[in-house]
Amino acid sequence: MSKEINVGVPTDSEVILGILNNSESVLKRLYIAYFPMVLQLIINNNGNVDEAKDIYQEAIIVLYNKVKTGDFELSSKLKTYIYSVCRRLWLKRLTQMNRYGGDIKDFEEYLTVDDETEKNNERDIQFNKMGNALKLLGEPCKTIIEDFYINNRSMQEICEDFGYTNSDNAKTQKYKCLQRLKKLFFQQK
Amino acid sequence: MSDNQLTETIDRYLNGEMTKDERARFEILRNENADINAKVTEHKHFTNLIKQYGERLELEQRLNAIHDEIDVHALEQELLIRPSWVVMLWRNHHSKISVAASIAIFAVLCTLFATGYLSNRETNYIELKGKIKKLENSAHQLSSKISHLEPGKKYNINPGNFRGTGFAISSNGYIVTDYHVVKDADSVYVQTADGKSFRTKVIYSEAQPDVAILEINDPSFKGLGPLPYTFKKAETDIGETIFTIGYPSDVLVLGPGYLTASTGFQNDTASYQVSIPANPGHSGGPLLDSKGNIIGIISGKETHIEGAAFALKSSYLLKAIQDIPADSLKNPLNMNSKNVLAGLNRVQQIKKLQNYVFMVRVYKQ
Repeated sequence: MSKEINVGVPTDSEVILGILNNSESVLKRLYIAYFPMVLQLIINNNGNVDEAKDIYQEAIIVLYNKVKTGDFELSSKLKTYIYSVCRRLWLKRLTQMNRYGGDIKDFEEYLTVDDETEKNNERDIQFNKMGNALKLLGEPCKTIIEDFYINNRSMQEICEDFGYTNSDNAKTQKYKCLQRLKKLFFQQK
Repeated sequence: MSDNQLTETIDRYLNGEMTKDERARFEILRNENADINAKVTEHKHFTNLIKQYGERLELEQRLNAIHDEIDVHALEQELLIRPSWVVMLWRNHHSKISVAASIAIFAVLCTLFATGYLSNRETNYIELKGKIKKLENSAHQLSSKISHLEPGKKYNINPGNFRGTGFAISSNGYIVTDYHVVKDADSVYVQTADGKSFRTKVIYSEAQPDVAILEINDPSFKGLGPLPYTFKKAETDIGETIFTIGYPSDVLVLGPGYLTASTGFQNDTASYQVSIPANPGHSGGPLLDSKGNIIGIISGKETHIEGAAFALKSSYLLKAIQDIPADSLKNPLNMNSKNVLAGLNRVQQIKKLQNYVFMVRVYKQ
């Protein structure tokens, strides 16, 4: 990828296509293009740099998921959409931390968005649970599960990596690990 | 089939590793056996969750990597709106500013209190006794020295330090005036409209409600005629035409006006507020209604309000008269009950009244 393409704000349709094609450079240009806007919103409304990063990444993930699942319809400029989602998320965060003073300084126009962030929140809870369950699972189970289910590696490769004598042993091990993971996952409240 | 094997089979099925035959057979099994079907669905759901979790993790790592390339600090400096210097000053020093302000307010209050600004009764209310000019006083003393050179001529020359007004409450020489007129007096004289002067003695006084009773104990006093006025016991209504006569100067002065409020200074219920041109020297003067009934006694005025003078109500005056101890009275104090002023006009009323209203001269060192 040449440096030329890396600079500048990507067009809205470029972003959509880029996300669908898993384009690293489009994601980067998108991220760099709109981060200052969100940073400005948050540091001027009782927030700090780290909170701005959290909120912005959450908004990018919302956009990413919506595009990936195919139910994203761009009814306004992408910039406005991202700003609105961040604004909504930040208001929610401020209220949770009891830091919301009743008014917010705005720098862009915005639309009302809410149901999307709610949906995302539910998914976040599931992911949190999964993360905790995997941490509790310990080695070598964690790596076996990740290799097989996330990284799509075959049982043969896993078998060799872990030095199992035959793939049946590896399969039994994987089965036991999965059962434990399920248990750990559903135990959490 | 054990659970272990089943899971393995489902994994292969979901990953598309089965042969065509195998796949068809499994699908038939799935359709026939609801248990297995449920297991497949559940397994699929759970493994998808793992997969999505992995994707999310990866995305977050990518975003973090991008984020690390941004110079966040420089952006922050650029984008943060700096509040104005007044706000900054307040944020940095608000505790010190608060303490300084508190001390300033405290100091101001202390000063006001110490200088008597806060207790403003004295400043707004003046008693209407007249102070006779020092110059006049010394001039008289000078002339008295000259007169003394001529033997045989002997009369009282000292005009007194203070002057007020008083009026008779009985024909045998009892006179009422304000307490503040005769307060701390060494001697008190009363002078009639025609210039006769009598020595009197203060036989009773009350600082609250500011009443003093004098008795003429001068041998030259022969008694007054029957009083032309009576004392009104009931309250008088706002709007009544009233008048007072007194001695703000050396001659009798009429003060006409109206009763303007049923309470006096700072809503004192013992007094009326009256609109009368009252001046120093009016203190102790009688307040009469148009029929010639005594309805009060002039006591003072408010300095900051034009035309607001105050008079003690006659009912309080009568109460004070009743409170005089019996052994202070040498002669019986007989109050008059016959009013002869009712039908007369103002000129005739004053003609009849003037012999019963006295200038009170007070001497003190």
